[in-house]
Amino acid sequence: MKQFLGAVCGASVLLAVPAMAETTLTIATVNNGDMIRMQGLTAEFTKKNPDITVKWVTLEENVLRQRVTTDIATKGGQFDVLTIGTYEVPIWAKKGWLVPLANLGADYDVADLLPKIKDAVSADGKLYAAPFYGESSMVMYRTDLFDKAGLKMPEKPTWDFVIDAAKKLTDKSAGTYGICLRGKAGWGENMAFLSAMANSYGARWFDEKWEPQFNTPEWKATLTTYVNLMKDAGPPGASSNGFNENLALFNAGKCAMWIDATVAASFVTNPKDSKVADKVGFALAPNTGLGKNANWLWAWNLAIPAGSKKTEAAEKFIAWATSKDYTKLVAAKEGWANVPPGTRTSLYQNPDYLKVAPFAKLTLASIDAADPNKPTVKPVPYVGVQYAAIPEFQGIGTQVGQQFSAALAGSMTVDAALTAAQSVTEREMKRAGYIK
Amino acid sequence: MARKSTTQQVLVSTIGAWFFGFLIFFPILWMVLASFKTELEAFAIPPSFLFFHWTTENYATVQERSDYFHHALNSVIIAGGSTLIALLIAIPAAWSMAFSPTKRTKDILLWMLSTKMMPPVGVLVPIYLIFKNFGLLDSRIGLVFILCLGNLPIVIWMLFTYFKEIPRDILEAARMDGATIGRELVYVLTPMAIPGLASTMLLNLILAWNEAFWTLNLSTSEAAPLTTFIASYSSPEGLFWAKLSAASTLAIAPILVLGWFSQKQLVRGLTFGAVK
Repeated sequence: MKQFLGAVCGASVLLAVPAMAETTLTIATVNNGDMIRMQGLTAEFTKKNPDITVKWVTLEENVLRQRVTTDIATKGGQFDVLTIGTYEVPIWAKKGWLVPLANLGADYDVADLLPKIKDAVSADGKLYAAPFYGESSMVMYRTDLFDKAGLKMPEKPTWDFVIDAAKKLTDKSAGTYGICLRGKAGWGENMAFLSAMANSYGARWFDEKWEPQFNTPEWKATLTTYVNLMKDAGPPGASSNGFNENLALFNAGKCAMWIDATVAASFVTNPKDSKVADKVGFALAPNTGLGKNANWLWAWNLAIPAGSKKTEAAEKFIAWATSKDYTKLVAAKEGWANVPPGTRTSLYQNPDYLKVAPFAKLTLASIDAADPNKPTVKPVPYVGVQYAAIPEFQGIGTQVGQQFSAALAGSMTVDAALTAAQSVTEREMKRAGYIK
Repeated sequence: MARKSTTQQVLVSTIGAWFFGFLIFFPILWMVLASFKTELEAFAIPPSFLFFHWTTENYATVQERSDYFHHALNSVIIAGGSTLIALLIAIPAAWSMAFSPTKRTKDILLWMLSTKMMPPVGVLVPIYLIFKNFGLLDSRIGLVFILCLGNLPIVIWMLFTYFKEIPRDILEAARMDGATIGRELVYVLTPMAIPGLASTMLLNLILAWNEAFWTLNLSTSEAAPLTTFIASYSSPEGLFWAKLSAASTLAIAPILVLGWFSQKQLVRGLTFGAVK
């Protein structure tokens, strides 16, 4: 048996030795459309760098997060380039899990990156990841339904206007609902929307001393408004709707308004996928006049894990995939409408892009309106608009999301959901040592 | 009268069996149907059952985006290899416990099963570190080992119950006729145990084929089986149901065909036991 085990281990060591002649990069990524496009263009990169070969590991977001976290925490060294969100970048940079990107090349033009996005992927003045595409959230609405009802969407709508319009535009017998919003529980699902909405109502996750704030009137106003609005003007079964479900509803013409990721704009205006492609207008996410809109900030970024032994080649790839030239390459191959949005100022000055992307101006305005370093009306000790960039947030956010989803489904009152959220968050924050 | 009620009973039970069979099969049927729809139709409410625009574009996309045969081959090697090694270890173990039990046999059996009582994620980090230090990450051999270890308790338990059902009298009769231990094993015990062995093997093969925790966490690209192939087709942003269905249909096809052909053995093994 020992011999057998020895032989097996020996054989596997032999199998694990990589080919020496060229560098093989293993790149882990989520499978969103822009990443799939990047994967398809790999040949263009290897043509320029014949000594590098690229292997792709494409996984669903949550699977990828677990997979990559295990590897990076154990310094497994299985990946050379990672696709990570703005949530992970500051946490992982602080732990020393990421290699700072210092050699992106002379023509990379770091100054061209959108300032808010650049802030989100930097720590201590160093760039720890390069943004691949960025997004915020905004209101998408049906211009035909608004015209019919004699309503006019302002560019910066208030919540009062949105609520009023949603009620007027709801026609349950015809299967049209005034507004579609996320309800499915999860820190990246309903809590992304609700945290951003809470910001516009003056609420915050924690005060300066990390005390949870769900017992404040601001959170009560947020959740009450949300639940009542969805009860009056939302589609049935909204508590299980996430991005994809709402996208399907909106594309089928069932929603008069939808507040969600700016990246959805290109989906709802694509006639191949959407029945309402030519009847969609855009506006900034609503506010209550307190100075913050209900919009978030997110970017998918490429980073190098500290365990990688091929940092030089990895940095070459990252520089290529997030460069201005890459944008031009995608435009040449697949058209300007398909370039990855939300990372570079120059893209929003490009007339070719502005021509095919009617939503470009609003996307840029939305990204500019979100500030990860000052996300709320009152001061907070954390970074992040729709999340708090601490490792504990994923778990807490999802548990709180479950309470709020239950409140939306009607199986819990708003007060009970807020009390439960407060006690869950307090418990976890005590356990993690933020508060006593 | 008696005859009539029998016919009715047969009719009712036949309809019932078909109904429940269809109910269980329905999700798979729905997946196959969705794989031939466009993304928009796959998401449509109300859904269309058969009257939609049939298309094979999802299969083409899946084929273009990932190397199905690479993943399928890995699945065959990992599932097959782990089943084979598990059987090699489990047969002697179950045999000895069934035919020469000691007073500790029951404890040993329970102890083996107890390893299945903890969720695998509880040992993810230690296993990951062991794999890293032995250079087993993203290797087929590593996955064969871990899946083999994971399924071993179930295989031993199943085989133990099959072997246990073989009456000792038959062995004694063979011995009285002058059979040696070798002949006893080959001509008496093995033929009686074949249905049990076959069904254990198939069940273990299916378990290993579908195992999605270790295969996802311990492989990256070289050793990645069909589970990672499926996991690459769902997305939080954008429509993916039709493509995911196409990938899933491709992933279950081989094991479905295998199950079809060995159905007879499986049913016999599961319902009749070794000697009934």
